[in-house]
Amino acid sequence: MARSYRRSSWANGLFALPFLIFFVVLLVFPLIWGMWLSLNKVDLFGGAQFIGLKNYSPVLKDPVFAQAVRNTVLFVAVSVPTLVTLGLFLALALNKASRGSSFLRGLFFSSSILSVTIVTLIWRIVFIPGDGLMSVIFDHFGWAQIGFLSERGWSLFSVGVATVWWSLGLPMILILAALQQIPKDLYEAAALDNASKWRGLTRITLPSIKGTLAMVAIIQIVLQFQLFGQAQLMTNGGPAGSSRPIVMYIYETGFVRWEIGMGTAASEILFLIILAAAMVQYWLSTRKEEQ
Amino acid sequence: MARPYDPDTFTAHRRLFWISAVFAVIMLAPVAWIVGLSFKDNAELMVGTQSVFSPPYTLANYVNIFKSSSVFGWLWNSIIVATGQTIGVLILSSMAGYAFARLEFPFRKTLFIIVLFGLAVPEQAIIIARHQMFNWFALHNTYLGLILPGMSSAFGVYLMTQFFRAIPKEIDEAALLDNASAWRIFWKVLLPLTLPAQATLGIFTFLMAWNDYWWPLISATKKEMFTLTIGIASSQSNFAQSEGLGFLTAQAVFASLPVVVVYIFFQRHIVTAVSGGAVK
Repeated sequence: MARSYRRSSWANGLFALPFLIFFVVLLVFPLIWGMWLSLNKVDLFGGAQFIGLKNYSPVLKDPVFAQAVRNTVLFVAVSVPTLVTLGLFLALALNKASRGSSFLRGLFFSSSILSVTIVTLIWRIVFIPGDGLMSVIFDHFGWAQIGFLSERGWSLFSVGVATVWWSLGLPMILILAALQQIPKDLYEAAALDNASKWRGLTRITLPSIKGTLAMVAIIQIVLQFQLFGQAQLMTNGGPAGSSRPIVMYIYETGFVRWEIGMGTAASEILFLIILAAAMVQYWLSTRKEEQ
Repeated sequence: MARPYDPDTFTAHRRLFWISAVFAVIMLAPVAWIVGLSFKDNAELMVGTQSVFSPPYTLANYVNIFKSSSVFGWLWNSIIVATGQTIGVLILSSMAGYAFARLEFPFRKTLFIIVLFGLAVPEQAIIIARHQMFNWFALHNTYLGLILPGMSSAFGVYLMTQFFRAIPKEIDEAALLDNASAWRIFWKVLLPLTLPAQATLGIFTFLMAWNDYWWPLISATKKEMFTLTIGIASSQSNFAQSEGLGFLTAQAVFASLPVVVVYIFFQRHIVTAVSGGAVK
């Protein structure tokens, strides 16, 4: 056997080094620096004074922040199950090697490639009172008009509709990929037993893709907690903050009011919430598997 | 006697397909509405938007885009930023993916786990610190400042590692007999085999960079340095009143044309990139 280049050596690490340098400088360092900043009183001229957790208490006491957390949690709690359920439905419906199926798959995924700017532009024009598509439809049927973007209770809902429309493709594709990994002979055996479609779904299909469903849910939790562009562009967080998400709070404290300490404190809190939510979901999905 | 096995019995059937087709029409309605508006005369839209459903249609809104210079500046910025990020990510990810998948070096596993952990870090957790760093080096409102953050993408490394792992071991073991160096094997033997994967990751990175909203919003504060995504958003703020629905929607259609074209041509690759993580 020839001398193996796979023999462990520092020189081999040189291939990974360029990426690792960027990774450390642009991600690891800012992550640690952000934690440090959240513990400091920072002014615009770069002066910093260590104050421990004192940035955190005004954030946690801020009713605006509390409202943003409530909005975001509600948004995630409604949008993530919707996305996973619709994604699962579409994946099941289109898991077929036919022209029609692959066309529809492509179509459902296509909205994900648009930027948030375009998505919100589309939905703002659909929702604007008087001239929007919704208004025209409501007019046609003689229903009372709804201020989708300007009424409390509707604004966050409208942001959610645009978000589901925008992000449905990813769950669908991931679940489809998992469906195609299920060994065909499982279904053949079930067919021999004259099992019903419903039994096939609940006894073979769903158990086989459980891991993927959990992963899709975790990805969506992490993504939807980062809601920002849709809310900023569609409702600007209004009315009366009823659709302001956490990231918008971070943006406003950090980059509009330039309160670096409070902004980083809020972003660390968001980071913790996301980690906790993802871990709870992971724990729930693995616990069920053990039973 | 059992009925003959039909592979589709348990996965999909007609009715589900048609429900999803109806759903697709509902999904498409807003887009059709926007495209329709973009071909209408602005003065006509002031009276009412029901007229979308009937002619006359006009190209005037699209012609007007060509008269506004800033849109082309933004388009150019988006091309530079998205291309720059794509090239950078491809080089860094394929080298790192090769190292993590096929070479041995100290702390390889630990480093890979740390990189994977990077996938879970939301950009918001680091944004203020990164903004400060870029401020120290005066990188805001520069192309470099817009391109660099993409270089820390753990996703690309993860994906390329998967692809390099999938190549049969025999292929480079043959080259080993000739005492080829690791670099030679990477460059001459393995890299050509990963070209489809490069295309996949490249298209995906390009789309992500093209559509990025959050970092350019914070880093590019000068109008000349806006990307198309930020530029269109900024011209939306005086919504509907000043420029008219027709012009606004024409801008939206125009701005999404590049990604729509990329998507139509490379749909299969994009789907592979997205599902690459799930298929093992």
